[in-house]
Amino acid sequence: MSSAHVEVTSLTIAVRTPGGERAIVDDVSFAIPRGEVLALIGESGSGKTTIALSLLGHTRFGARIAGGTIRVGDTRVDQLDRAGLATLRGRRVTYVAQSAAAAFNPSRPIMSQVIEPLLVHGLATRAEAEARAVDLFRALALPAPEEIGRRYPHQVSGGQLQRLMAAMALITGPELVILDEPTTALDVTTQVDVLRAFKNALAQAGATAIYVSHDLAVVAQMADRIAVLNGGKLIEEGPAAELLARPKSEYARTLFAAARPKGDTASPAPGNVVLAANTLVAGYGKMRDGVPAIPVVNDVSFTLHRGEALGVIGESGSGKSTLARVIAGLLPAASGEVALAGEVLPPALADRSREQLRRVQLVFQNADTALNPAQRVGEILARPLRLFHGLNGAEAEARVAELLDLTQLPRELAGRRSTELSGGQKQRVNLARALAAEPEVLICDEVTSALDTVVGAAILKLIDELRQRLGFATVFISHDISTVRAFCDQVLVLYGGTAVEQADRARFAAGPHHPYTCLLLESVPALERGWLERQPPREAALRDGAEGLCRFLPRCPVAIIGTCDRVAAPLRSREGHAWLCHHEPATLAAQHAEAVG
Amino acid sequence: MSAATSRARTFMRGLPVSGKIGLVLVLFWFVAAMAGPFVAPYSVSAFVDYDVFSPSSREFWLGSDYLGRDVLSRLLWGARYTIFLGLGAALIACTTGTALALTAAIRGGWVDEALARTMDTMISIPSKILALVLVAAFGSSLTLLLIIASITYIPGNFRISRALAMNVVGLDFVSVARARGESARWIALREILPNMIHPWLADLGLRFVFIVLLLSGLSFLGLGVQPPHADLGSLVRENVSGLAFGAAAIIAPAIAIATLTVGANLLIDALKPVDDKA
Repeated sequence: MSSAHVEVTSLTIAVRTPGGERAIVDDVSFAIPRGEVLALIGESGSGKTTIALSLLGHTRFGARIAGGTIRVGDTRVDQLDRAGLATLRGRRVTYVAQSAAAAFNPSRPIMSQVIEPLLVHGLATRAEAEARAVDLFRALALPAPEEIGRRYPHQVSGGQLQRLMAAMALITGPELVILDEPTTALDVTTQVDVLRAFKNALAQAGATAIYVSHDLAVVAQMADRIAVLNGGKLIEEGPAAELLARPKSEYARTLFAAARPKGDTASPAPGNVVLAANTLVAGYGKMRDGVPAIPVVNDVSFTLHRGEALGVIGESGSGKSTLARVIAGLLPAASGEVALAGEVLPPALADRSREQLRRVQLVFQNADTALNPAQRVGEILARPLRLFHGLNGAEAEARVAELLDLTQLPRELAGRRSTELSGGQKQRVNLARALAAEPEVLICDEVTSALDTVVGAAILKLIDELRQRLGFATVFISHDISTVRAFCDQVLVLYGGTAVEQADRARFAAGPHHPYTCLLLESVPALERGWLERQPPREAALRDGAEGLCRFLPRCPVAIIGTCDRVAAPLRSREGHAWLCHHEPATLAAQHAEAVG
Repeated sequence: MSAATSRARTFMRGLPVSGKIGLVLVLFWFVAAMAGPFVAPYSVSAFVDYDVFSPSSREFWLGSDYLGRDVLSRLLWGARYTIFLGLGAALIACTTGTALALTAAIRGGWVDEALARTMDTMISIPSKILALVLVAAFGSSLTLLLIIASITYIPGNFRISRALAMNVVGLDFVSVARARGESARWIALREILPNMIHPWLADLGLRFVFIVLLLSGLSFLGLGVQPPHADLGSLVRENVSGLAFGAAAIIAPAIAIATLTVGANLLIDALKPVDDKA
């Protein structure tokens, strides 16, 4: 083991609490050979980031390294003083944070920030540093490597910024790079490119790396070794291939199961149409000729039957959440209509009757901001009961208890404030409040995206069970195509506010798909090693689009030159399936087969 | 009751030393203002000493003033004017300012625009000059002083409250309340206000201090509370000739103003971290 490049032995990190010290990392040991990538994987609170930061000799405020050793090369990081740490950090050990957008200074150009570590440590002149940065930009497959450094952080995309941050970390030629959930905030389609760039750049630099993530599939692509953590303890550690194929611990198996959700495939008997959207157009800004200045949802239609689940997927900015707000009335539609059980709903909230409001309930993405911190859980749940059902006093109390049971929460929670709950509990309360109205349509807007995989999977299962038991229909909005595929009877794929594909469960499973759906499907990392290497780079056939043409054109790998850039894409449809593309089903299927290869 | 006492105890424990000093000073002056007239040894306008600016004695604890009246009695009465005028005006200013701010935050659009621009206009009028003009035009009265002090501090409170409310109004639980069909009143009072109450209370305290200083300033100029009544500022003014003798008659009200405002400030500063912990 002494040959390992990085070695951590019986590391214990403790925090001060009123009742004495409490270990948040408890007796963790691992070793990484030179040039290999170790993944730390676990839920939030498992101590993975705490361990990763300790390799920089850093602990968060109030915490301290209480025992054990940390060795990088021949340096004992845990014994370094302030001056020693200053020469270590940013030079021999570097850090890539989760949110590059928050890590860059918005008021300085990117180049000056990327080369800063070199200048601070006095390792190069400005000109040399800039030349090295440009080489790194090229290695990280950034567009226009010569010019991109002159831009400001807000002028590049999220995926590019994340890669620029990796350039900042790699520029001093570090021995050890710590990557802390670097792709968690990115869309799947962007994630593939970023992962590929990271992997190549790390291999070129020959650096040892620690990759912190909660996403097993991503870890499978990046890591040589995997360490599974839970509650500050090391559950299992070993070579990635072995651990993925044969996890030894029960906990690792739970984690693996949660990574790929499986829904109840039994479709409910189709009931009456409960929600129908007809050519919805909505957006922000001033209206011009019945179209908002910034259209976000463009000509979207669907019908949803009683007890059914409709999945809406797309990348960030595709208009998914806006669609939810339009249905709920929070953002009045510019044109088109939403009908609830045949009755057309007024577009604006203020014109809807209380009964109409009751029947459509929206569950917000972020339970932290969706629950009023000044109210107790009991009050939060009792309000819709009083407003919609006229329940008061003991009756309301009994119903609150029922709702807590329904969402599998302990009844004592009624007396607590939402700030005292865990993330999963908050989301359940959020759900319970919507259920209190006894809705016919439940709109779930990315309800699991802020949660850990295991907790999120439990919430999804709960929603699915409640839907089948209580018979409401759900509009399930997600960026995660595997979730939607597992839980939904119908799938609606949004791109740039336009529905590019719409299919029922069977058709969606069978394919073929719109080129954009293909891209989404193929971008979800598989839970196997080597998947990333098999992904072909997807070059767009044509770089520019125009108003009125297919919106996906600037990114479409299979655009037909001479057709797609001249004529708007036609709507093609067959039983249970509709898509917006020039390609016939047969050619799409052929292309899909070729891409998967 | 026991819940309330235990909460008070936790509150006291969380309070830093400076906050405790502030709390003691503020409580002292409030008690003095409430009970003052009942415990005052002499009538407020009675000439009880044959000497003027006499030093403190067993008979007159804080000596006598420029007309031979008991300073302690006048101070207890003066504190009453200063504190109740100040508190009243602060409450009126903050209630009005916050009501307008909540309206602006919830309604948005042109209502917000109109209110914000009106407040900007008001804030551009120098408060002391406005006070001088109004007192000159209508003659000084308690009601007028109350109105002047309130109007002066409405725009400041509006700005702070609007910023606080804007932070809360964008949160999802407010959208949830809107989607539930709640009235604007419910959203303002139940969803938004409780989530801005702590910085709001700090603002209320600050306004109180500003108003005490404004009123004392006006009284010192002779435009505030009129004789034979006197607030702390007028006490300083009427006894200003005693400055040369180092008379208690001028030092006591000056110290009163200082301890009251410093105490309120200490208390406000100490409140913040305690709330963060909770």
